[in-house]
Amino acid sequence: MVRVALFVTCLVDGLFPDVGKATVRLLERLGHEVVVPPAQTCCGQMHINTGYPGQALPVIRNHVEAFEGADVIVAPSGSCAGSVRHQHADVARAHGDAKLAEAAADTAKRTYELSEFLVDVLGVTDVGAYFPHRVTYHPTCHSLRVLKVADRPLRLLRAVEGIDLVELPAAETCCGFGGTFALKNSDTSTAMLGDKMSAVLSTKAGVLTAGDSSCLMHIGGGLSRLRSGVRPLHLAQILEHTR
Amino acid sequence: MTTFLGMPAGGGNLTGEPFPKAAREALGNAQLRRNLAKATGTIRAKRANVVGELPDWAQLRAAGAAIKDEVLANLDEHLVRFEEALTSRGTHVHWARDAGEANRIVADLVRATGTREVIKVKSMATVEIGLNEALAGIGVHAVETDLAELIVQLGKDKSSHILVPAIHRNRSEIRDVFRREMPGVDPDLTDDPRALAEAARRHLRHKFMTVDVAISGANFGVAETGSLVVVESEGNGRMCLTLPRTLISVVGIEKLVPRWQDLEVFLQLLPRSSTGERMNPYTSVWTGPTEGQTSHVVLVDNGRTATLADPDGRAALRCIRCSACLNSCPVYERTGGHAYGSTYPGPIGAVLSPQLTGVDRNPTLPFASSLCGVCYDVCPVAIDIPAMLVHLRGRVASAKGTTPESTAMRALAWAMADARRWRRLVRLGRFGRLASRHVPLPGWSTARDLPQPPKETFRDWWESSR
Repeated sequence: MVRVALFVTCLVDGLFPDVGKATVRLLERLGHEVVVPPAQTCCGQMHINTGYPGQALPVIRNHVEAFEGADVIVAPSGSCAGSVRHQHADVARAHGDAKLAEAAADTAKRTYELSEFLVDVLGVTDVGAYFPHRVTYHPTCHSLRVLKVADRPLRLLRAVEGIDLVELPAAETCCGFGGTFALKNSDTSTAMLGDKMSAVLSTKAGVLTAGDSSCLMHIGGGLSRLRSGVRPLHLAQILEHTR
Repeated sequence: MTTFLGMPAGGGNLTGEPFPKAAREALGNAQLRRNLAKATGTIRAKRANVVGELPDWAQLRAAGAAIKDEVLANLDEHLVRFEEALTSRGTHVHWARDAGEANRIVADLVRATGTREVIKVKSMATVEIGLNEALAGIGVHAVETDLAELIVQLGKDKSSHILVPAIHRNRSEIRDVFRREMPGVDPDLTDDPRALAEAARRHLRHKFMTVDVAISGANFGVAETGSLVVVESEGNGRMCLTLPRTLISVVGIEKLVPRWQDLEVFLQLLPRSSTGERMNPYTSVWTGPTEGQTSHVVLVDNGRTATLADPDGRAALRCIRCSACLNSCPVYERTGGHAYGSTYPGPIGAVLSPQLTGVDRNPTLPFASSLCGVCYDVCPVAIDIPAMLVHLRGRVASAKGTTPESTAMRALAWAMADARRWRRLVRLGRFGRLASRHVPLPGWSTARDLPQPPKETFRDWWESSR
């Protein structure tokens, strides 16, 4: 049994609590203990990526302290786990805080995105899920190119009983979210979204899944505007589903 | 970073309208979107094939990055060696601090020959400094001989891509440009690629035989030998390099490699990344002037020393102008190159242009990316463009000082640094959103619905259920 410290992420906490609940239920069903360190807030990626790394510093410090002593930290997000693993220590170092950089590097080593944790740490691909729907999977950029989760989410999905998993055309192309990019370059973001939605609709899937709620909020928001009927569901929500 | 007084900022064609505005205009052009999607899609697939077949691509890439870093770490010494090698072979070397100085040097050299026309090898550096415009100012017409540059020039257009400047044009548009602008062209010219190429060949052949001054750039300069290298597909460059009696080469100071043998790495990396070919058709190398020729090299800084001064930004100077990042970028594919406003578009342009000019003159380019990271994956010299974009965003925000955005971000960070404050803010935001659920969020709600806020946060659920 692993004692998992859940880094639920600010977006899931505030807007998509079902993703957090699904992650808890999935991990508990697999026989592990889940704790939610109460001091956690946000990884600070939005500040870092928008040009305010100095402001992110106390947010990073809070994150590092919140997860001090946790053996294993799991996040239902490739992007937030990516920030913890590939930005925190660098930002701290760039601002002359060597001690925080060291602590952040240690936190990074203990941090996993959900599919990495399931496949690499727990060694499972069949989590006993049942999901009798037509599903297509969008590999999010940060899970794919920052964390390099490769086909781990797909291996998990392929093992789901009853699933009709269809390949998304041009799957690895960005959906156009990009954090504040979606607001600062709204027109370009929307153009990228349009092509992603066309790809999703061409699969005739009823469910679009991904490992990041942020990208799903963007694509799902567009699909909802189109009244397409395609449901965005986080990977954890499919893996949690049983007969 | 440390910037020293006297470090010249880059001038010339490196700035334009704010990216979001220029992008909006480009996105409205459906023909452009189709042309770009087709062209970048084709070249992406070709690149993936020829890169994938090399088992040692990762090592080549690491070697390319290491050689360029070696040059950048001791650029001053390499440049002096290069100058000595060039001078000892009889080439005249000139140093230009910025675009204006480079243009003046070239204009003086051209004026001294008495010519009214020069032929040009495709060169990014001369587009960057605005050389054609400067030459026009002294009554000299510069003839572009690269087919795509010729299309752009005849169409009174602007380049939108590093490798294929006319990528935004399809062949029927090219036919229209030729019919309209090419002297003596067949009025019944079709859009058959062979017919278009033949028309360009006739037009250019005449120029090669009659114009006596050529201007080139260089893909590489070899410091130990003083050799210059031009890598091309058409052979028109070689015509310019060998026929005219005066050759003037305008070269960015970062184009050096230390040793002759280093070319072995780059002549593999460049064509595979660039045109998606195992080898390019023409590689011209010249070490000193050919017999009867006068040769000049103008070494241009134009913001490169200032770029070199930033430890987190200088790797942009590794760039070998292959365009793999443009062809792979989902933003570039949709907006095209003109939206970037600079000679250098796409992801590399978004990190290079603001550094050459200073971020204050290009404040929107570092934000012209969703940070998807595909540019870094395909870069043959491993420039971590996403990390550099993030770094430059920081420089832009610092340069702007206090703004409504920075104040809002500061308040948010203050709340996020403490769980109790943060939870109070999330509750407040959720209730605010519930109360105003039909109020659109500017920039978001034009194309996307906002998620309905949940009844309780995850944290509230967790605490009430445990």
